[in-house]
Parts: sequence; structure tokens; C-alpha cells
Amino acid sequence: MSNKEWPLWEVFIRAKQGLNHKHVGSLHAADVKMAIENARDVYTRRMEGVSIWVVESKNLHASEPSEQEEFFDPANDKIYRHPTFYILPEELNHM
Amino acid sequence: MADKDLLYNYTLHLADNSMILGQRCGEWCGHGPVLEQDIALTNIALDLIGEARSLYQLAASLKGGTATEDTVAFLRDVLAYRNVLLVEQPNTDWAYTIVRQFFYDVFHFYLHSELMNSSEERLKNIATKTIKEVTYHLKWSSEWMIRLGDGTDLSREKMQDAVNGLWEFTGELFMSSAIEQKAFEAGFAPDLNILKPLWQEKVEDVLAESTLFIPEKNYQQKGGKTGVHSEHMGFILADMQFLQRAYPGANW
Repeated sequence: MSNKEWPLWEVFIRAKQGLNHKHVGSLHAADVKMAIENARDVYTRRMEGVSIWVVESKNLHASEPSEQEEFFDPANDKIYRHPTFYILPEELNHM
Repeated sequence: MADKDLLYNYTLHLADNSMILGQRCGEWCGHGPVLEQDIALTNIALDLIGEARSLYQLAASLKGGTATEDTVAFLRDVLAYRNVLLVEQPNTDWAYTIVRQFFYDVFHFYLHSELMNSSEERLKNIATKTIKEVTYHLKWSSEWMIRLGDGTDLSREKMQDAVNGLWEFTGELFMSSAIEQKAFEAGFAPDLNILKPLWQEKVEDVLAESTLFIPEKNYQQKGGKTGVHSEHMGFILADMQFLQRAYPGANW
């Protein structure tokens, strides 16, 4: 018998139409079909979603924690990048 | 038999099947082979118990007096239970659990497909809700039949063992009890003779894809529908009913 562990998958759920898929967690499954069914059982039992994406974890690539400073710190003092300096017409009250 | 009595007895038979299978699936809670399947099977258990609740509520309202869904489920003894023998068979291992589930899911699916056309409005409403759940159960158990049947040598052997062991409990699904026969004649229950070939065809398809075989010996057990249960049934009820028996009326 094979003792190999099933691969790990990351699960993304869309809570309702119009929203983004959001990462909700991970699980083990033998293949993509099982991954989607497991995600249905593990992550949507309490009406959390209307759509599921799964991605095998090995296919996700992340930024390096060691590059934190050069990656993210330069944005700290660039407040002008937020579009908060415009005066909007009143009828656009949902921006 | 008055119509109300007939509907009461027929509803109980449906409810008991789902209740006992739900209880069996629930026994896996915390013991599943992997976390994901532990949750999957517990979800199925809760679907089945949810369906049983709707049916017990209907039964209790037909019985009237002080009857509630709880008294109907927890205060009847073995001989009064009307579930088929298949659903009370022990979990044994994952293969037995999957095969038992698959055999019942196929039946359950066609049963509710037919009940959606029942002349009895309340059964029809329950079937309309249940059919979605059962469609998923059947997909799930078929998937596992194929994965493990057409899997490794060991998994195939275990699955074939389970098919051989459980086959003799499948015939009872289609042996009409007096209640089912009268319910069919009254127009609110399906004709089991129509369900049988549908069941047979689906089971043969999935078994073929799973590289599994229907055993040659074809002796079929019966009794559950008339209250003649296997020795397992008393233990299931002891487990299930202990709380209400020891602490009558206990609540959350």
C-alpha cells in the first residue's frame, strides 16, 4: 500500500455573485475532482459560497519574506498614490 | 386502514431508513480516514437526519396527541422500526460504508425523484428539498466506488468483499410491504417495480466502471420493513435512544 500523502490544495470561495473569490484555507485531495468536492464539504457547509476554485499549493508562488523591506516599505510615504485628493461631485457618493 | 394511518406508517418507514443510515454515518464522526472525508460523511449524516426530522414531524402531526418528532424517533422499540436491513448494517470499514451508501443512494435518488410527483403535498415538498441532497450523496458515493474499485489491488479486493457482503440486503428495497403497496394504490407512493430496473441499471453501470462484479449467489434477506431486524438494530437504538430513555424530555 502506498503511504504517500495526498497533495495539498488551496481553496478559494466566491461568497456571492459579483464578489471576488477569496482564499479560505487548504485541504488534501488525490486529484482536482476530489479537491473541489472536499472543498464543498469542508468550506461551504454553512452557505459560505456559490463558486469554488482550487489550486494545487505547489503552483502558488509567493514573495520572499527576506525581501520585505525593498518590496513594501517604499510605499509607506507615498500618500499621494491614494486618490483622496480629488474633490468629487456630490452625486458620486459611492466612490 | 384509514388514510391517515396509512400515511403515518408510510412516512415512518421513509423516516426510519434515513434516520438509521444517518446514525450509522454519524458513527464515523471523528474516525474518518482523513479529515476531509470525516466532514463529508458527517455532512451526509446530517442531511439524512434532517430529512428524517421533516418526516418525523409529519408523522407526529398525523398521530396527534402528545406525539412529537422526538417521541416518534426516540421512544419506539426495535420491532416498531420499519427501516430496511441494508441501512442498519455495521460500518465495518470504509469499503462497507461506501458500498452501503452507494446502494442506498441509488435507491434514495429514484425514490425521491418519484415522490416529487406524489399526490400527497407534504411528501412532495420534502422530496423536492431532499432530491438536491441525495443527488450529491450519489455523486459522492459513486466517485468513491470508482476510485477504490478501480484503484489498487487491495482497495479493489476490499470493495468486492463489501459488495459481496451487502448484496443480499439490496433485494428488500424492492419487496413491497403491505404499507408500501397500499400507499402506492392510494397514489402517494411510487411503484417499487418501476424503481427496481432504474436501480439495477445505475448500479450495474457504476460497478462496471469500478471493475467490480455483482455476486452470483442471489439469496436475499428481508424483514426490516415489518420490524424483523438484524441483531445490530438493538445496539443502534440503545446508542441513539439512551439519552431520552435515561432523561425523559431532556432538551438542549
